[in-house]
Amino acid sequence: MSLIATLGRMEAVRAGQAQPAATVCHRRLSARPLVFVPLTTAGEAGAPLGALVGTDPDAPRLLVVAQPRDRDLRFAFLAELADVVLPYIDGFAADVEAAERTETDPETGKRIKVEAELCADAPQLIVPSRAGIDFVRLLGRSMRFRRTAEQDPETPYPAPPRVPLLGRWLTHFGERARVPGSSLLLALTDVLGLHWTTGQSSLEDQHLGALLAWIAPPDGLSGARAALRAELARGADDQLLCPPAGPATDPAFDNRLLAPAIERYDRARTALAAAEDGLEADDRLGDLTNAEKAVRDLVESRTLPTWQAVWRGLDLLRELPEGAHVADRWTRDRWSFTAHRDRVAAGEPPQPRRDDAVTAANKLASREREQARLDAQEALDDPLVMAGRRLAGEAFAGEVVDVVMAYSESKRPSPRPLITVRTADRPHLGERAKVYRSLDGRPQTAEFVGTQDAGDDAVLVLRIVDKMGRGKEPEAGSVPERGDRLCFTLFEHDQRGGAKLPDPEHTPWTHGGPPGEEAAVAETADPVTEEDVL
Amino acid sequence: MHERLDPRAEPPHRAHVPDLTADGPKGRAKRTRLALGAAVADGGWTLLDHPMLALDVAGSPAFLEPDAVVVHPDGSWTVVEIKSFPMLDGSADPAKVGAAARQAAVYVLALERVAAALATDGEDDGEGGEGEDGGVHGRVPAVRHRVLLVCPKDFSNLPTAAAVDVRKQRAVTARQLTRLTRLEDIADALPEGTCFAPDRPAGELVEAVERVPATYAPDCLAACELAFHCRDRSRADGAVATLGRSVRADLGGLATVEDVLSAAHGESGDPDDPAVAALRRAAALRAEALAGLPRIPAPAGAHATETTAGAHATETTAALQGVPACP
Repeated sequence: MSLIATLGRMEAVRAGQAQPAATVCHRRLSARPLVFVPLTTAGEAGAPLGALVGTDPDAPRLLVVAQPRDRDLRFAFLAELADVVLPYIDGFAADVEAAERTETDPETGKRIKVEAELCADAPQLIVPSRAGIDFVRLLGRSMRFRRTAEQDPETPYPAPPRVPLLGRWLTHFGERARVPGSSLLLALTDVLGLHWTTGQSSLEDQHLGALLAWIAPPDGLSGARAALRAELARGADDQLLCPPAGPATDPAFDNRLLAPAIERYDRARTALAAAEDGLEADDRLGDLTNAEKAVRDLVESRTLPTWQAVWRGLDLLRELPEGAHVADRWTRDRWSFTAHRDRVAAGEPPQPRRDDAVTAANKLASREREQARLDAQEALDDPLVMAGRRLAGEAFAGEVVDVVMAYSESKRPSPRPLITVRTADRPHLGERAKVYRSLDGRPQTAEFVGTQDAGDDAVLVLRIVDKMGRGKEPEAGSVPERGDRLCFTLFEHDQRGGAKLPDPEHTPWTHGGPPGEEAAVAETADPVTEEDVL
Repeated sequence: MHERLDPRAEPPHRAHVPDLTADGPKGRAKRTRLALGAAVADGGWTLLDHPMLALDVAGSPAFLEPDAVVVHPDGSWTVVEIKSFPMLDGSADPAKVGAAARQAAVYVLALERVAAALATDGEDDGEGGEGEDGGVHGRVPAVRHRVLLVCPKDFSNLPTAAAVDVRKQRAVTARQLTRLTRLEDIADALPEGTCFAPDRPAGELVEAVERVPATYAPDCLAACELAFHCRDRSRADGAVATLGRSVRADLGGLATVEDVLSAAHGESGDPDDPAVAALRRAAALRAEALAGLPRIPAPAGAHATETTAGAHATETTAALQGVPACP
């Protein structure tokens, strides 16, 4: 945590309210996001208990698994989830615009531009917390290798149609969430924490209720007290007033309310199965419906507060203006969405359990590149982020006190003006270090020449080396003037890609060699073991 | 075990599983020690199901019960840890694996003590005790630093296992154990008659707990039931560590939130102190960046109440009652 963020936290402690950590919104917030508030069953991997999902804050769809260990009910839940999520995703797939993409021509090996489709907008999934992102990934993994009866008639426990497809999409969202700066799948606590500093530790910021309590405390309460209430306050029934945002539930809820309700449901189901005639069965069916409704009500009571908190958090974020580079990053998200849409349409197999060496290296390289890009763009978009970089000596802002025209010593002299900047910052400049400033959104490079001593402030002499046109005289506006206030960064504004990696068929032996025949065989679904079936 | 940790040993056809039942933890620990000695002497594979180990923690013995300990044919020992979180495609939640590794590291340490004790026993009385089993004369049985973590495989209830290297955790734990304040020292610092028995009245217990010094950090919340209590206290003192362990590192000698803020705003502190100078620069840069933003008005009364430290504890209880809705 930078000193500026630390200071922000302390000011929040003193003020009793969260303080801004950003002046603009650094993530794209879709006009119509799909909010997903899942709950999971304690002690079993990938066994959802229920979820609220939907795009309308007033009309969430409640999905519940009355007996989370029952595979049939779980599949029914996933099928219902697919019925909500897939139409939402498909709604974005059809609306395309023409775009260009650079590709390597297979024959000549040259980089050429090709026409491509790009979806005009992309879906956005919002979950309450970081654990929610892991859960999306887990659901994706549990579904994408399943086979439907149509794909494989022999499969012992066929999945309902569209469930494997949902798994592939959730996997894609989960993978994309690992790319820094992407907005396809967002955890609300992360996004809120990016824009506000609270008077508590970042660990405690993971609690959505407490985080919101700091940002927008209810009337008459300070953030600290409201956050404490969100964390700990229990009602007369000993249940948390503000249930955890999930997917894990509060143990007190599991033990006192949920377990008895599920047991009642089990009993009602056994009784129905044992019913001997129609009249008795009718009665018992009524019991079963009541028991199921009890579980539904419980799940709804735990998810609805979180659902409302998520929408309130989104409203808070929407009050911030969007950062200038956010649209650029969202375009990358749209490319990612379009590419996966095409992979699905082309009938490619689901994402493998483990990436091959080349794919993994590519992913890692692109994430590193995106991280550097994100760091630069956030600083350029937001003076508060830039303040942190200035404090760290990675940027400096100051006033131009002198401009002297000079020319390079080549046959065709080009302008190399020397500018003198007075700054109170203390950049770590090495000899001939390159610094960059934003000139109409494009980086202009300057070279550090020397420094003059002038009391507290540093006076730096810089030589501007590019973006001044081809002529002998620099283009109008491309050279700063005396009195301009400028901000130079020591980091580059745009990231260059690294060296190209080989195709998977040419993976060097040091990295396991070409994938070979094993990879050609489609991955099989997880086998169903005896113990999985009730 | 053979496959993951010791592929060069002979494959286990039948493993010896000694009975370890005995009266009380001390008896079971003794029994475990005997069984370990016998297994080493025996050669071949031995599995000790839920053995009992003793480890000296801050001057008082603590009894530990690993899920299992395996003795290899070469006489070395491996800790087996069984966990309920799933291993998905060969990888599991790193936080949970880390916790399991730390736990196993404690068992490894305890086993190392047993191993050392067995070796010296063997030297001291060659005729009796473990020496009779013929095994460990002077040679310290090796405790392997790779433990076996057993988890459910993918989404099923079938077991799968992976070897986890706990050398780092072992070293950290060993160092922490030697640095722990001894229980007697803590007890000596407390006034006569302090009692923590759960049947005492709540007020008295709170008072007793208050007397013990605690160093709160946010990580405590995940591990300790008293964390909320310590956090209240730490917040009331305005300690900077309440905001995270790393916060302290940047702030030099400034220990409370009020100190930091007044130093940052130039009201106190020595401007030649690098921490203070950095804080002032940070405060100036932050103010400059925020100058363009409309100020958020603080909620009425919040400033006054939050900065008075003493009132905090009573406010806490007040905040917990009453107001029904979730914020």
